[in-house]
Amino acid sequence: MSELTLDASQLNVRAQRKPRSLRLGVWLAGTFLLLLIVAALAPQLFAHSDPLAIVPRDAFHAPGWGHWFGTDQSGRDIFSRVIYGTRQSLLIGLAATALAMGIAIVLGLTGGLGGRRTDRGVGWVLEILFAFPSLVLALLFVAIFGSGIGPLIIATGLGSAPGYARMVRGQVLAVRNSGYIEAARALGHPPLRIIGRQLLPNAMRPLIVTLTMGVGQAIVWASALSFLGLGAPPPAPEWGTMLSMGRDFVANAWWLTFFPGLFIVLTTLSTTVVGRYLQQRLEGRLS
Amino acid sequence: MTDKRLIVEGLSIEFAGRSVVRNVSFTLEPGKTLALVGESGSGKSVTARSLIGLAGAGAHVTARTLSYGGLDLLSLSERRWRAVRGKGIGFVLQDALVSLDPLRPVGKEILEVLQTHGWGDRRSRAAKVVELLDLVGVPEPELRARQRPDQLSGGLRQRALIASALALSPGLVIADEPTTALDATVQAQILNVLQDIKARGDSLLIISHDLAVVAQLADEVLVLRHGEVIEQGPMEQVLRHPSHPYTRSLLDAVPAEHARGTRLSPERKAAAPHPRANADAPVLLQAKELGKRYVGPDQQSRQVVDGVGFELRAGRTLGIVGESGSGKTTVARMVLGLLEPDAGEVRFLDRAWAGADGLRVAEKDRRIYRRDISVIYQDPLSSFDPRWSVGQILADALDVAGVGATEQPQRIARLLDQVRLPAELASRRPLQLSGGQRQRVAIARAIASNPKVIICDEPVSALDVSVQAQVLDLLADLQAELGLAYLFISHDLGVIRHVSDEVLVMRHGKVVETAPVETLFQNPQYEYTRRLLGAVPRLPGAGITLVVPPLEAENAVLLFDESRLWKIAI
Repeated sequence: MSELTLDASQLNVRAQRKPRSLRLGVWLAGTFLLLLIVAALAPQLFAHSDPLAIVPRDAFHAPGWGHWFGTDQSGRDIFSRVIYGTRQSLLIGLAATALAMGIAIVLGLTGGLGGRRTDRGVGWVLEILFAFPSLVLALLFVAIFGSGIGPLIIATGLGSAPGYARMVRGQVLAVRNSGYIEAARALGHPPLRIIGRQLLPNAMRPLIVTLTMGVGQAIVWASALSFLGLGAPPPAPEWGTMLSMGRDFVANAWWLTFFPGLFIVLTTLSTTVVGRYLQQRLEGRLS
Repeated sequence: MTDKRLIVEGLSIEFAGRSVVRNVSFTLEPGKTLALVGESGSGKSVTARSLIGLAGAGAHVTARTLSYGGLDLLSLSERRWRAVRGKGIGFVLQDALVSLDPLRPVGKEILEVLQTHGWGDRRSRAAKVVELLDLVGVPEPELRARQRPDQLSGGLRQRALIASALALSPGLVIADEPTTALDATVQAQILNVLQDIKARGDSLLIISHDLAVVAQLADEVLVLRHGEVIEQGPMEQVLRHPSHPYTRSLLDAVPAEHARGTRLSPERKAAAPHPRANADAPVLLQAKELGKRYVGPDQQSRQVVDGVGFELRAGRTLGIVGESGSGKTTVARMVLGLLEPDAGEVRFLDRAWAGADGLRVAEKDRRIYRRDISVIYQDPLSSFDPRWSVGQILADALDVAGVGATEQPQRIARLLDQVRLPAELASRRPLQLSGGQRQRVAIARAIASNPKVIICDEPVSALDVSVQAQVLDLLADLQAELGLAYLFISHDLGVIRHVSDEVLVMRHGKVVETAPVETLFQNPQYEYTRRLLGAVPRLPGAGITLVVPPLEAENAVLLFDESRLWKIAI
């Protein structure tokens, strides 16, 4: 068995196995994400009209040369709105993931490094967080803080935190019981150095991938909450809010919902493709 | 299909234009055993696999003749192949744990072979499964058939696998390293089962890197290297009068046949034996009445180590030998201060080092003396941080020894030189190294802090015989150069005999016998030691002795796994 794998690596099968189409997909996804980031930082580079400007006589323009993605019921340019919406969506996605990760690291490390009792306590907290439907959690936050981006980020972040926390805990436990941590102890390194130089970096490594995919997931979540009216209030150019606003006209003006929806799908798809690629790279190097 | 002869003529195998096997020819007569011998990467496994049409994806197999019982194997379609596999040719894989479905009872596994080939009806199949398990020496076959692989010990798993290969009484059985992962006594039992196959008049093709195993079974031996046959002939002739230097070096590498102090690898053969340190050298490490209990998954507590005591003197080697599960590794971990003993104490350099209850020592007090004791593991790869290069691994160890950053590059180069590795390797990752190179890096790390004692936990068990020889030679050289004392743990009696001054035999957590190495090997006092020694396969000339111990040890289900004890608290 071992011999067979040895043969495979000698013959550089790994390089052959990667299909060309996958590389192309990664390229496309990467480029799309890059463009999104540029759009979020400097939307005026892509869109020249004001995303909030109302032009009543231009209402319900179908997609065409003047308005690439058409206009909505108040004559606002959908292309500009989608582009300007990038900032909010990405911000929500990144901030929510960062928040989730922050909570996850604290809980996961406490559980993974603490004693049996601490671990059980952390387990309870996680289970409670898991048991709460995130939608109810989000409603709770909106009820307390009012709707808007802040509560949206917190709700989305809290909703995805327990999943990450479980992963961090599992990773920490696995790395903590690994041969190289034992070897480091046998060498005589003090615990803090082992945690800082070996345990944390190794435990966090596989999470980079999950985080990449998590950003896309968080965007979908936030959009869903916005769609339900729990996020940025209309007429803010936020993808979920735009979907919600276009809902009433979906029969005769499909472009109101189609383009924001398309961007949500493309963003999630891109983060997933890039995440998968990173995963393959990292695992290829690890195993 | 009356004449069940396997004829291979001019077999060559290529992977993507790279030739891995070239022009291999042999004939295997019914009732005979042929052994393919070589190191990993020599092409022996892929040769065997090509005989059942499983050379692998992308393999290009060519041969002038490749036939079994008059059937041309080269022209078979995948459909026809399936009829041949199992029925005409049985295949036994190396690692039974990986090859068996973890979620299925082993009986089902065997049943499936019978079902696939439409053998008998439901009732007769169930009876046949029990009969087969009984045939390969599985005790209580009805019970075992219902158990999953993880509930069986390594030896029983391997037997179950052999049983499934024998299910349809194929005329030819191919066994790929069937005993490599097993303890000496279990290995002897499996060899016996294979010998039975031979005795029944079936042919056997065995693949191994271990010449001593081959000597037990083979009628004919074929030595492969880099995909080419370098020697081929009757077993006695090849092993007694090898004509090729490579075969000679393989024979020389068998440690049991060579006295302590002599070199095993061909390039070091001329060197004079190292002088041994005196038996009255100062005691560095001392264990007294060590004990460890462990609560198993069934909530029952088990005495894993019980009353183990020994003394390790400066410059000497103490070998600890025993089967897996005998508590060897647990002893090592307690001696290293990584696991708190439940009873007894360990003293290191005449200081309290670890102990139970009142003798407990805080890790904080131990840490500064850790540089004086290091460890080499069986699997070096898992003991290296996967993110680090060889240089970083060694730099990390030098930090402990208090070597400053400016001095480190020099010291790393010197360490690599000490373990006979080129300095360029410092920038590589362990994953890019061979098994032998990795173990050398682990040894370099172990000597980085100039320790007095090194605990070697099965350091050569995962290596090929010739690589093992080089690593053992290196350890011997370093011992002489640096005056190191080794606590050498192994299940391999041959290795233990070669390296040790004194030997401690462990069984079920207890010390069975302690004696100077030659006394123990020439005149073992205890029944268990004798049995263990008898189970070691020897080369012809050393007198073929194959004592098969009773199955008593095998009856016990593997109740706990020593590796689970490795849970640690930082």
